[in-house]
This record gives sequence, structure tokens and C-alpha cells, in this order.
Amino acid sequence: MNSIGLKMEGIVKDFPGVRALDHVDFIVNKGEIHGLLGENGAGKTTLMSVLCGLYRAEAGSVYLHDSNTDSEREVVISTPREAIVCGVGMVHQHFRLVQSQTVLENCILGIRDTNLVVDYKAIEKDIIELGKRYGMEINPEAYIWELSVGEQQRVEILKMLYRDAEILIMDEPTAVLTPQEARLLGETMKLMAIEDKTIVFITHKLDEVIEFTHRSTVLRDGKNVSTVDTGNTTKRELANLMVGRDVVFSIVRPNISPGDYVMEMRGVSVYDSRGVQTLKDIDIDVKSGEILGVAGVSGNGQKELAEVATGLVGCKNGSIYIGGRDMSDSSAGKFIKAGVSHIPGDRIGVGLVGNLPVSDNLILKSYQIKEICGGLLFNQRFVHEYVDRLIDEYEVVTPGRDTLARNLSGGNQQKMVLAREIESTYRCYDDTRLIVAVYPTRGLDVGATEFVRSRLVKQCSEGAGILMVSDDLEEIIAISTRIAVMYSGYIVDVVKADCVTLEDLGMLMAGERPIDEI
Amino acid sequence: MQIVDIAFWASVLSIAMAAGTSLVYAAVGEIFAEKSGVLNLGVEGMMIMGAVTGFAAAYHSGNVLIGVVTGGIVGGFMALIHCFVTITLLADQVVSGLAVTLLGGGLASFLGQRLGVDGTPLVGLIGPRLLEIPIPYMSDIAYIGDVLFNRDMMTYLLYIVVPLVAFYIRRTRPGLFLRAVGENPQAADVMGVDVVKCRYFYTVMGGVFAGLGGVHLSLSYTPGWTESITGGRGWIAVALVIFATWDPIRSVFGALLFGGVNAIQFRMQAVGTNVPAALLNMLPYLLTIVVLVIITYFEGLRKKLGAPDALGLPYIREERV
Repeated sequence: MNSIGLKMEGIVKDFPGVRALDHVDFIVNKGEIHGLLGENGAGKTTLMSVLCGLYRAEAGSVYLHDSNTDSEREVVISTPREAIVCGVGMVHQHFRLVQSQTVLENCILGIRDTNLVVDYKAIEKDIIELGKRYGMEINPEAYIWELSVGEQQRVEILKMLYRDAEILIMDEPTAVLTPQEARLLGETMKLMAIEDKTIVFITHKLDEVIEFTHRSTVLRDGKNVSTVDTGNTTKRELANLMVGRDVVFSIVRPNISPGDYVMEMRGVSVYDSRGVQTLKDIDIDVKSGEILGVAGVSGNGQKELAEVATGLVGCKNGSIYIGGRDMSDSSAGKFIKAGVSHIPGDRIGVGLVGNLPVSDNLILKSYQIKEICGGLLFNQRFVHEYVDRLIDEYEVVTPGRDTLARNLSGGNQQKMVLAREIESTYRCYDDTRLIVAVYPTRGLDVGATEFVRSRLVKQCSEGAGILMVSDDLEEIIAISTRIAVMYSGYIVDVVKADCVTLEDLGMLMAGERPIDEI
Repeated sequence: MQIVDIAFWASVLSIAMAAGTSLVYAAVGEIFAEKSGVLNLGVEGMMIMGAVTGFAAAYHSGNVLIGVVTGGIVGGFMALIHCFVTITLLADQVVSGLAVTLLGGGLASFLGQRLGVDGTPLVGLIGPRLLEIPIPYMSDIAYIGDVLFNRDMMTYLLYIVVPLVAFYIRRTRPGLFLRAVGENPQAADVMGVDVVKCRYFYTVMGGVFAGLGGVHLSLSYTPGWTESITGGRGWIAVALVIFATWDPIRSVFGALLFGGVNAIQFRMQAVGTNVPAALLNMLPYLLTIVVLVIITYFEGLRKKLGAPDALGLPYIREERV
């Protein structure tokens, strides 16, 4: 096509304990819409944050197009300000807008060559003109909080265009848009590409990649897997590149026939504090002796689903039954009594009290048991026995029961959570048991992962029903009985785990039903 | 009968002006800091440090101007402590602010014992003071002439400073950056505004203003140094910022109201009306709570008038979400 607009070479970025970007090369031409694809944690946003000066890379260099020489020139971008000066503008997934200010004020934020007393009238004209040119008309005097999500996004784009950004990075821009708005955005991007701007389009939606982009780059585990011409590829091939890896995993799913319903959700809808619907008409159930895996790109409602299943969030519409009891209006405490255990995704923030010792953490949920606490005082002797038994049975490696929870390694912390949650389920008033496990093996080493999985499967074989949210597709396939795939708040499909492939799941996660099913 | 007398209200207003000046300085300073997202509860400490050093400097130099400048600078230095602890070290702003207040109180009392002649106490010394400068002709206007145009230099200065600050925050480029940093530092940062620098600057500026408020007490309102000369005015200023919904102009009216409460109380006693003093002293805080309830309850009002969104929150750029 034509000259190179952006070239990143050998970018390395480390986060504590993880290499997020491993010598990534990334080239985008001028006038091109370039899709940037990958699973969560593949490094898409990190790569772009390096380009924007939000993160500093450990190694690697960045070249941008220099219009004077019509060739690329190396630049050093270490602060957001330098990125803007270089003409790099990013439309963040979570908008960077000042809610209490107007569109105009947001557009000129950070620009230093206006008059000291800002001449809003002149700028207003420019903004309106710019909006017309790119088909993004907006009232410049409106306050951001008065605008819809789609309109706010236009402001984000406009403010970058207003400062003559030559490179526009759109981080999952369509995730928050309605299909109509997404189409409009596509038109806008095409207009910008015609004007020779360089556009990086991060997305999970394969349809949009095919429809909008000229070329695409797929990242996986912090590496550039492949850059392809979108015209010569298919959705299936892209899905393959995103998730596909040669995996050998052992299937260890429980093999007892499912029993009664442990949990049923019927028509559950949930709205967040801003009124955005996060769960849409969810219909799922878990039987005893069954693991229902929940797959999906994170942020598509899995967190909310787990919160409803554990009673942390009440369902506005629809109902939830635990062991046949209607629990729609019940508190988390009642859910626990009904036999629900929760292994939260955020084990340090929610799962444990870091500044309390191991023993206190292990009895956090069992304090109502007579033997542990008869009246006001703990029965220390019993507590010690109980705690030592759990430490032993769950192979928690700790200097002692008085060690603070935060001083243990992640794997041992997770084993503690597991021990507490599994043991507390033995003590409810009937034998219904539901374990809600959210990212149960995230960040664990191989040994701990194996341990957690086998314990979950064991519980299942003993009659518990398990709802497991995970972003590790292999794990989901390996231990689930059935798999529910979530996408933008609804369940795309529930499939049997023994007759599904990673690629099928990848397609479902992108909101696509596999072709052979339609 | 006497309570509806114009002369009575004019004299109340006159005292309110004198008492309110230090409040306006402190409140405008705190508005600067809070607009940038830094809650500084050290106002009381910064004021009292300004008061003691300002008086000492004026006493030894015999020049009130030197006193005023000294008080401002010392206030700024006190704020710098708060900046370093909360903006650089990211400590809790409430804790640090309270520490500045306690530190300032203690340090001022210590200095008050030795800043006199040859290390003797300052208490009881009579130094130069800011004199009322009647403006010719205008001060002769019936009633309001004395209230508005027979004041000291620092009060006159506010006639210019307050509208200027209000305009600066609302209409100028740096004012826009300031508001953005307090509302959404992430957004300001990605748009190329230096959040740390901005917060340092305005918080120190707030300290300077608080110091000036303190100086006004020891050089004009109650000339001389006495222990706990500020008597909780720093806290009234913090409340005043909320009462004025972070607006400098409204803070003037609030200051007159809050400053006038005491005056009314004395006058009312003089004419034999029996409103308990404690009740009147409570009024500023009660009104602040009322305002807070109103602007929090109505969503539209909260967005237009409420506290800056990022008030009290430390900002770090490289934070993984």
C-alpha cells in the first residue's frame, strides 16, 4: 500500500512476575485500519499503553511516520504528553473524560497554546466542523454526564482529532456500543483512513475485524503470532490464531450422572449502578454432580453471574433457586446457609483477610458452629485442631496457623480459601451444595492448579454442583461437564464439554454461533 | 425594636467583615487545593503558623508588609509537607491533613514562647497592625460606607483576588486544567497535564492563602499573639468550602454569615434577646451539613456543584486495572 505509519520493534514489557510483552513487532501502514486481536491478557492493551506513554517498555523502539521526510523516524515516548505531541491518540476502553465538564472543555484539556482566557466560541466552531467532517455531530456545550455512552465515545475520538492525532488507537471501542452505533463508528474509521490516518482497532468481535480492517495482527501470550491480510482470511482462522495452541490436557471431569438441581436461574437480569444492563435474561442451571463451566472474554457478565449466584447482588428481574428454594430476595448470608460456597476471583481482596492469621481466615465462615464458638468465646482447643486438620488435608504450606494470610504464596492462599469454602459446605441444614468458583486457578503454578482442580472434581463426585468461571479454556474443557459461553451479558450457548473444540468456544466467545449449528 | 434597626445590622456587618476576612483567605486557599483533588485538613495548622510567624516578623521588622509576606510563605511551607506526604508518598490525605493541623498548633505555641525579644514569649507584645484605610468619599456613604470602604489593606485585596480567582478557575486554560485534575486525573494525565505538578502547585498556593488568613488575625482582627488565636477558624474555613460549594464568590457570603454569627450573638445579648451562644456557634456547621445534604441528594446539583470527583484520592499512573 503506502508508507509505514507506525512501527514498533522488539517491545518488551514486564509486570511483576509476568512478561506481558515479549519482543513484539507491530507495523501499521498509513491510511490503514489495523485490527489488533487476542485473548484477554494477550497484551493488546499493554502494547498500546506503551505506545501512549502510559507504560514504559523494558526494551524496544518505536518509529512513526515523519511527514517532512515521508519516512519513519524513531521516537521516544515516555509520558502521555510526548505521545500527544507525536500525534498518537488513544480512545480508552474506559473513557478518559471529565464528567462534570462540557464537550468543549474536554476537547481542549491539555492543549497549551490556547489563549490564557479560553475563546470557547472559536473552538466551538472548530469542533462542530470536525464533527461534521467525520459524521460525529455532537453538541459542544453539553456536559459529558448528559451524553449517552456512544456520544461520549465520539467526544473521545473528537478530542484526539482536534489535536491532529495521526495515529488513533481504539481500545475495544465497540464493546460499549449498540450494533447501529458500531456501524457508524466503522464508517467514521473508514473516513479517517481515507484521510491517511493510521488506525489501530482492538476488538474481540471477528465480524467487525472482517468488515472494517485491512490487515490484522493477532497477539497471544505477549507475542505477535501473525499479521494477516483480512481479505484473505476467515473468522475461523482468526479464532484459531487467537486461542489455538497445541495443547495436551488431561480430561478429569467427574463421571457420575448428574442428580437434582442445585441451582437454577430463570430469566435473571441485572443492571449496574449506572443503569447499564450487565446480565440479560440468563437461564442456566447446575445439577448436583456436575461442573458447569462459564467461558467468555472477561467483562462479559461472568463476574455479575457469580455475584448473583452467591447472593452478593440481588436479581432485579427473574429468579434464582438454590436447592429448589426461591432465593431471589435473599442476602449473601442466606445463600451461605442454603449451601452456597464462594471461591472469589479476587482472593486477596475478597477471599481472605490478609492481616489476619491463617487460623482466623479458615474459621471465618464456620464461626457459627457450636464446637468452634459456643457463646461469646472461641473454643481455642477445638479451633486449633480444626485449623490444623484443614492445613494438613489441603496441603497448605505455612510456618504455622498464626502466620498472617498475606505472607503465604498465591497457591497456598487459594488452598486456604478452598479449604474454608469446601469445609463450610458440610455444615448446612440440608445437603444441597453449590460451589461458585471464579478463576479458581488464576495465577497458580502447575502443582497448585492440579490440586485445586482435583479437589473441585472430588467435591463434585461427592454430590456438589459447581459453577466455575474461568478464562482458561483448556481448564474449562478439561473439567466441566457442560460449558455456558457468555457474551455481552447473555448466554450465547450451553454446550456439552465432551463434544466441543477450543475453536468452537473461541467463536462462541466472540458472539458467533458456529456455522454448522445455524 | 432595636433589632430591626439599620444601624444595628450595619455594625454586625462591619464586624462580620473583619472576622470574615481571614475565613475568605483560608477558604479560597482550600478551594484551590480541593479543586486539584487534594483535601487539606491542615488549614487550622497552616493558619496558626501564619499567624505566629507573621506577627513575629512584623514585630521585629516593624513592617506589617513583611509580616504578611512571612505568614503567607510559612503557610505555603506547611502545605508543602502535606503535598510531599500525600502526592509523592500517596499517604492518606485525611491523616496527613490532621497531622499538619496538630503539628502547626504545637509548633506555633512553641514559637510563640520564644519568638519575642531575645527568646522571650510573644504573648502580650504590641506590634504594628494593619490599619483601616478609609477610602475618601466612599467611606462616608451612610451605613455601607463604613462596612465596605473603611477596611484594612488585606480586606481590600480580597475585593480583587476573589473575583479574579473565580474567573481564573472558571474561564482560563490553567483553571480548566486544575478542574480536570481534581475531577479525573486519569483523563488529565492522558491529555498531557502534569497531575503531580498541578496538585503540588495549588496545594502550596492553598497553604499560602491559609497563612495569609492567619496573618490577618494576628495583625488586624485580634492584633497580637495569643495561644490558639485561630480558635477553630481553620475548621470553619474547611466547612465554608463545602458551604460555598467550591466557589470563591459564594465563600465570601458564607464567610460573612459565619463571621457575623458571633457578632450577632454579642449584639443580641446587648439588646436583651436570649438566644443561647452555643446554638449560634453551631450554626455554621449545621448550615454546612444542610448544604451537603442538598447537593448530595439531587443528582443534577451534585454534578454541577458537588465536590471534585477525585477529591481525596491519590493518583498513580502505572496502575494495572
